[in-house]
Amino acid sequence: MNIYAIRAIYLFEMARTWRTLLQSIVSPVISTSLYFVVFGAAIGAHMTAIDGVSYGAYIVPGLVMLSLLTQSISNASFGIYFPKFVGTIYEILSAPVSAFEIVAGYVGAAASKSIILGLIILITARLFVTFEIAHPLWMLTFLVLTALTFSLFGFIIGIWADNFEKLQLVPLLIVTPLTFLGGSFYSIHMLPPFWQKVTLFNPVVYLISGFRWSFYGVSDVSLSISVGMTLVFLSACLTLVWWIFRSGYRLKT
Amino acid sequence: MPPIISVKQLSKTYASGFHALKHIDLDIHQGEIFALLGPNGAGKTTLISIICGIVNPSEGTVLADGHDVVRDYRSARSKIGLVPQELTTDAFETVWNTVSFSRGLFGKSANPAHVEKVLKELSLWNKKDSRLMTLSGGMKRRVMIAKALSHEPQILFLDEPTAGVDVELRRDMWAMVRALRDTGVTIILTTHYIDEAEEMADRIGVINKGELILVENKAELMNKLGRKQLALQLQNPLQGIPAALSDYPLELSADGQQLVYTFDAQSEHTGIDALLRRLGEAGIDFKDLKTSQSSLEDIFVDLVRERA
Repeated sequence: MNIYAIRAIYLFEMARTWRTLLQSIVSPVISTSLYFVVFGAAIGAHMTAIDGVSYGAYIVPGLVMLSLLTQSISNASFGIYFPKFVGTIYEILSAPVSAFEIVAGYVGAAASKSIILGLIILITARLFVTFEIAHPLWMLTFLVLTALTFSLFGFIIGIWADNFEKLQLVPLLIVTPLTFLGGSFYSIHMLPPFWQKVTLFNPVVYLISGFRWSFYGVSDVSLSISVGMTLVFLSACLTLVWWIFRSGYRLKT
Repeated sequence: MPPIISVKQLSKTYASGFHALKHIDLDIHQGEIFALLGPNGAGKTTLISIICGIVNPSEGTVLADGHDVVRDYRSARSKIGLVPQELTTDAFETVWNTVSFSRGLFGKSANPAHVEKVLKELSLWNKKDSRLMTLSGGMKRRVMIAKALSHEPQILFLDEPTAGVDVELRRDMWAMVRALRDTGVTIILTTHYIDEAEEMADRIGVINKGELILVENKAELMNKLGRKQLALQLQNPLQGIPAALSDYPLELSADGQQLVYTFDAQSEHTGIDALLRRLGEAGIDFKDLKTSQSSLEDIFVDLVRERA
């Protein structure tokens, strides 16, 4: 195991975070704060409580997930896309590092960044609304699993993309809609029965539901299904990454 | 001593169907400077990229210091440093960080003393805290060399190291390459500047259209294939080549002062003695004579043209 390489890649990626602090940390915090002002304070005051939780508090887990998903994907995809774009990837490919070490470095850094961001958003949210975390360990588990899964997913997008448009396409056209429709701002039980069924095909529903359960003990689907679906998606991403390195897809000609 | 790099029956066909390399066999000896010479698109970079792990081979094997570059890539690659042709560097990193990053990537523990030594040797020490985007092209080239040397490789690949480099840096680079060789590092450089191969290399391989046409010691190559010319400074200018000498491949300079005879240095009978006798018989006197050997460039152009 080339620990030095994992460390080098990880620190390099984290250094990029600190260099682009405004974009990496500050802007998601600001946009999340805006959500809280609009949905939490302004609109939320006129909404009835869902499952016994005030609307402002109810959307906290969903909003954290929203940032977690989009940031994990954009961090990880950009992290591997950029070296491909400028050509510095030659060094990674010619180095004595295994696929696991490359992924551990890039995905580890992207996930760390998202987790830090998620926690910052939670703290920011606390300034706007009052909430308790019923199961802090489960909360952290979901936070870490989701950050890892979607950082892996972002890594895959970064390798697949061969231009900047594609890099933006998947997050914009697929992930953002799935997150908004995944119950960030509502309980899926509020949907008409047909759409409740459709929504069960949206993997984000399980993430948000499980995450929300760790806060308030209420969920749209059961905890075990949430955990199960998260692990399924994680394994799917791992399998894809494994295939990418095995075949050299978009990395080696 | 076994070769430090051993390439056997290596072929590469790209997805487009382009045969970049065709059954290459090549051994590189430890501690030598090997120049891979060839026109653009000949397969030089593909060959290097396969050895370094950037491109997958279609067929054949490569051993680096006895390790298969595909199956035992970890051991093989940790011995190799690569300076690619393109100037690809991060923009926002500092020189110090990017060189230290390379060392870590190649599995070496941090060693500020070594990084300092490399940076000083490449005249980069006073730039160590500069961001890469603020550096000139020549400085970036030095940074890329520093990155390749950061993990103390035994084998160094320089792909077109002096393309677009000014005279001073080129001279520095040649000096550095020699100094590295003196420490036992094996150096493989590609170039299409023939004078570079001539100046630097111990052995030369000529590659064209994916085939290794020839591998030879530089001196032997030039001996073996070199044509020589005999130039005679005449006592009295000639109007034309006399009929008595018409069966010799002679050229007369425009002012009629110099007669040039081209011959094959390899051949048993160069024909010089007969020519000189014939000149005496024809009453043509000369005041000076010199022979010159054709440059590697001439040899190379001949070779590539022959195969074209």
